[in-house]
Amino acid sequence: MKLKKSTVREIIVHVVLAFLAILCLFFFYILIVNATRTHLDLQKGFSFLPGSNFMANLKNVLNDANIPILYGIGNSLLVSAGCAALSTYFSAMTAYGLYAYDFKLKKPAFAFIMMILVMPTQVCALGFLRLVTGMHLNDTLVPLIVPAIAAPSVFYFMYSYMQSALPMELVEAARIDGTGEFRTFNSIVIPIMKPAVAVQAIFSFVTSWNNYFVPALVITSKKKQTLPIMIASLRSADFLKFDMGKVYMLILIAIVPIILVYLFLSRYIIEGVALGGVKE
Amino acid sequence: MNGKSSKKKVNYAKWGYIFILPFFVTFFIFSFIPLVDTIRYSFFEYYRSGLKEIGPNFVGVHNYKELFTTDLPKYASNTFILWIIGFVPQIIVSLLLAAWFTDARLKIRGKQFFKVVIYLPNLIMAAAFSMLFFTLFSDSGPINSFLVDHGIVDGPIRFMATVGGTRGLIGLMNFLMWFGSTTIMLMAAVMGINPSLFEAAELDGCTHRQIFFKITLPLIKPVLGYTLITSMIGGLQMFDVPQILTGGAGTPDRTSMTLIMYLNSHLSSKNYGMAGALSVCLFIVSAVLCFFVYKMMNSNDLDGSKAAAKKAKRERRGAKAS
Repeated sequence: MKLKKSTVREIIVHVVLAFLAILCLFFFYILIVNATRTHLDLQKGFSFLPGSNFMANLKNVLNDANIPILYGIGNSLLVSAGCAALSTYFSAMTAYGLYAYDFKLKKPAFAFIMMILVMPTQVCALGFLRLVTGMHLNDTLVPLIVPAIAAPSVFYFMYSYMQSALPMELVEAARIDGTGEFRTFNSIVIPIMKPAVAVQAIFSFVTSWNNYFVPALVITSKKKQTLPIMIASLRSADFLKFDMGKVYMLILIAIVPIILVYLFLSRYIIEGVALGGVKE
Repeated sequence: MNGKSSKKKVNYAKWGYIFILPFFVTFFIFSFIPLVDTIRYSFFEYYRSGLKEIGPNFVGVHNYKELFTTDLPKYASNTFILWIIGFVPQIIVSLLLAAWFTDARLKIRGKQFFKVVIYLPNLIMAAAFSMLFFTLFSDSGPINSFLVDHGIVDGPIRFMATVGGTRGLIGLMNFLMWFGSTTIMLMAAVMGINPSLFEAAELDGCTHRQIFFKITLPLIKPVLGYTLITSMIGGLQMFDVPQILTGGAGTPDRTSMTLIMYLNSHLSSKNYGMAGALSVCLFIVSAVLCFFVYKMMNSNDLDGSKAAAKKAKRERRGAKAS
């Protein structure tokens, strides 16, 4: 029997795709399996089948005084939610200011934001650290949240979305009705921008949930640590003495919330990537 | 003043300023002042030796000289090598997948599933991902015990003790984390191409290869350029993955120490002069890359149609002149 040329091609495509999908999922599968096994089992060797030690590992992690994981989760949630809220609201506001009004500095302001669109924050980390220390805000969560107000990439997404979804006639109609400018923004513009706000809120949440560089420099005390710092501290601790079941459980706790959110919202997230084209 | 008209018309311009004010105030306080401060410290000798603080003393460009004569070239080349190891397979695989996913004649089962799966690693915390790799590939970790138990190797492979092993693992992680995102962006670009071009090519009997190299690739060139530049900026910022994998030491023998890891070690040891000089170098490189992105975004010509029109016009003019 001779296969058709297009069938051969289809088979090759599916094999390659399956290989890549397995490559992506393999490491997470091993992580989940290992998080359910005891330290002793893990030292004995490798297994594709899960153990029964999941709850015990979870309990061990929660009770470890050296890794205050509940504080870590709380801090990470607070910082990420704060960043998501501030960056989306204020970026929408900035975008609206540049979209709906005409003023002298409009063009330079827009050009300026576009110029810093992909500027790495690390280049001014030194000055940032000194400024934060000078303001006595070091070892607090404030410097991890407030700078999110100025988020150029979120702004750009909002601006592009506004161009396609916000007709100026709507704003003018509100003005004729005597609605104030701020009210118009909050009660008319924001609801129209909801899809864009949702997508960007997810992205900012994930970015700051995963952020490691700046928090590691700003935070010094254990109870203020976010999850990435806790994971990094595992690495620098005397690794071999550690209960490995606990290590895997901690990694699992750090990534599970994001995976859950992704499973529910993957369609919107993928659409957002295709639309935005700006990554940090 | 236009007193007469202002009675009838409300001046809305001030609202524009009010709405953009929070962004610019925040940027000024948390980015601009720190940047100026960073540049200033790059010209000072200012570090901590034990408990003693030395400086700040003005030393001119001494920090820069020291930077370029000691470790900067080595770490810059490390960063570049680590970026390339991840980027080359990433762009090849992404182009291939983007072409497949957008090919109307190719029936792919579970297309949505594959898209969801390949983008997943991008959302995972890099620190956690790297820690996971560190445990999985450690000398007594699961990968090694699997290989030894099944007689594939005699003794454990010491991945993290060899230059190639460590760099390979970092490259693999970067590849896994970014190829899904690049695929989706390139797909969007391919879907922006006028479908009648593909139909015409098919009618003329073009093969898949010809369509890919003669139509798809030239038409998504601007997006490819954008991907290249943003990926370079991402590569310049590489930190979490090598930092956690090597415990901040860039082992073996600092061959996987990146520029930002170097910056981080200066900041943690409070060597502000050197950290400043390094930051300024990073700033200059980033500014050049940012300028390219600015040009690309500003031309608003990501599908390349305007550039093509301009070229055609130029050629017409050239034909007239000759």
